[in-house]
Amino acid sequence: MGYAVEVRDLTVAYRQKPVLWDIDLKVPRGVLNAIVGPNGAGKTTLMKAILGLIKPAAGQVLLNGAPYSRHSVRVGYVPQRGSVDWDFPTNVLDVTLMGLYGRIGWMRRVGRKERKLALQALEQVGMQDYAQRQISQLSGGQQQRVFLARALVQDAEIYFMDEPLQGVDATTERAIITLLRQLRAQGKTVMVVHHDLQTVTSYFDNVLLLNVRRIASGPVEEVFTEENLRLTYGGRVAFVQASG
Amino acid sequence: MTGFQLEIQLTAIIVAAACALPGTFLVLRRMAMMSDAISHAVLPGIVVAFFLTGNLSSPLLIVGGTATGLLTVVLVEAMRRTRLVREDAAIGLVFPALFSIGVILIARFAGDVHLDIDAVLLGELAFVPFDRWVVAGVDLGPVGLYATGVVGAITGLFIALFYKELKLATFDAALCAMLGFMPTMLHYALMGLVSATAVVAFDAVGAILVIALMVGPPAAAYLLTDHLHRMIGLSIGLGATAAVAGYWVAHVLDASIAGSMASIIGLEFALVFAFAPHQGLFSSWHRRRLQRWEFARKMLVIHLLQHEGRPEAVRECRVDHLQDHLQWEREFAGHLIRQSELQGLITREGVYLHLTAKGRSIAQEAMVS
Repeated sequence: MGYAVEVRDLTVAYRQKPVLWDIDLKVPRGVLNAIVGPNGAGKTTLMKAILGLIKPAAGQVLLNGAPYSRHSVRVGYVPQRGSVDWDFPTNVLDVTLMGLYGRIGWMRRVGRKERKLALQALEQVGMQDYAQRQISQLSGGQQQRVFLARALVQDAEIYFMDEPLQGVDATTERAIITLLRQLRAQGKTVMVVHHDLQTVTSYFDNVLLLNVRRIASGPVEEVFTEENLRLTYGGRVAFVQASG
Repeated sequence: MTGFQLEIQLTAIIVAAACALPGTFLVLRRMAMMSDAISHAVLPGIVVAFFLTGNLSSPLLIVGGTATGLLTVVLVEAMRRTRLVREDAAIGLVFPALFSIGVILIARFAGDVHLDIDAVLLGELAFVPFDRWVVAGVDLGPVGLYATGVVGAITGLFIALFYKELKLATFDAALCAMLGFMPTMLHYALMGLVSATAVVAFDAVGAILVIALMVGPPAAAYLLTDHLHRMIGLSIGLGATAAVAGYWVAHVLDASIAGSMASIIGLEFALVFAFAPHQGLFSSWHRRRLQRWEFARKMLVIHLLQHEGRPEAVRECRVDHLQDHLQWEREFAGHLIRQSELQGLITREGVYLHLTAKGRSIAQEAMVS
């Protein structure tokens, strides 16, 4: 059986300075996979390199067993909330619809069918009442839900989410986790950059411990150990012992 | 109104609209200063194309100017990517270099034609009717009107066709790339149109005022609406209004048309900045003031509710106590009490304050939420 995500010898460098060093990674289909590591470990870079948004210095990426191109596999991406300008003049429904632009294609306009799909996705994340709301008026948690809805409409097989739980309220966190579990139940694979080490074991099946190099990866119960965490975070890990 | 006057105003309107279209995206991409760079950097391209054709109304001038405009964008991007220079510094390094090459070329080789430095910097709309397009003895109107019209129409068509793609590339370039829409291509196409617009607008309003036309109306429209398509429409409207108003102000004052247009745009922006219904200076000031009163009223009723019917009420629910303990100024507290009385939230009995049923329910509501 193939893997959802397979990364071989991936190196990303900025002017000969490696940001990611020789990453090997195999993620089976239908799991929730956390990517954890300290700041500057290359978590976002890894996602962007897998998605072809950054050109790697070396290495190969296979999604569902084939090199990534947008025709071979449907991929949903939820970037960090801060990566866009939330004062942009547009509303919630419009941002959600952007997830469907790829399917609509060049120069075609958004139709009624797409609008219906977008509203359904907003309903899934509990934002249906905010469809016409200007995006600058949203709270952090609401912004994150809109981004999730935008990824959901893509009806992807593999989702990449960059810190979806960063700075959201407890209600939103629960809603997002429920949603991730629903996606898993549908056989989707979800890669999540995650910061809160306390919740890794309860939220995720697999984990990648990353710090420029791959420290460890695999099922949470096998690789999310104190020893590996120390290797990933250096000496700064004492405070998370409880999770080990 | 004479035919010439009509032609000048029509050209001014079209220039303003043609600038507002790509200007909207420049403002949203936080690249407003790129209009400054491009509008200057088109000069050497225009001059070289003029030397090659010997004709100031040749369409090749637009091609040449667009080429050096795009060269600016490429050079700025290349310098920024080295990370040795920041983007704003890169802009400041690239366009003066290109512009000065144009200035030297004009001074050295084109001293005797209508391509002097004054015209380059300020342009002259009043001259637009003198350069006419005559085919087989038939006068078809001023060349400048056609040039701006064609470039404006191409820009409008481009934005209409790729509206969805441009919106996505501006809002989230990463998703745009993932969905296969080539944000870099869209970026250069947009910059090419900015350059072509700058070339045709150059003749009419000069290099400096192109910036006012590209940045002013969209920046004002941004404060007036929350929808991209309305922002584009409003930008065009504000630009066109400034074009006509600017023409007549110049007419009355016997001043530069372009200068008057830019001044009107400045005035438009100042008015919007101050009086925009939601985001303007006054409405946000007013909103903050209302919120402050609203909050103080809630504090008052909650304070009264907390101590209502308790032994300390004689001490706590007094007018002078509000000044001492809640640290409200005497005048503020007095006004607040009168207001709350009028709204039926409290009643006053000498120096003592009591909640009404309405005030009590508001306090209870405020504490729950």
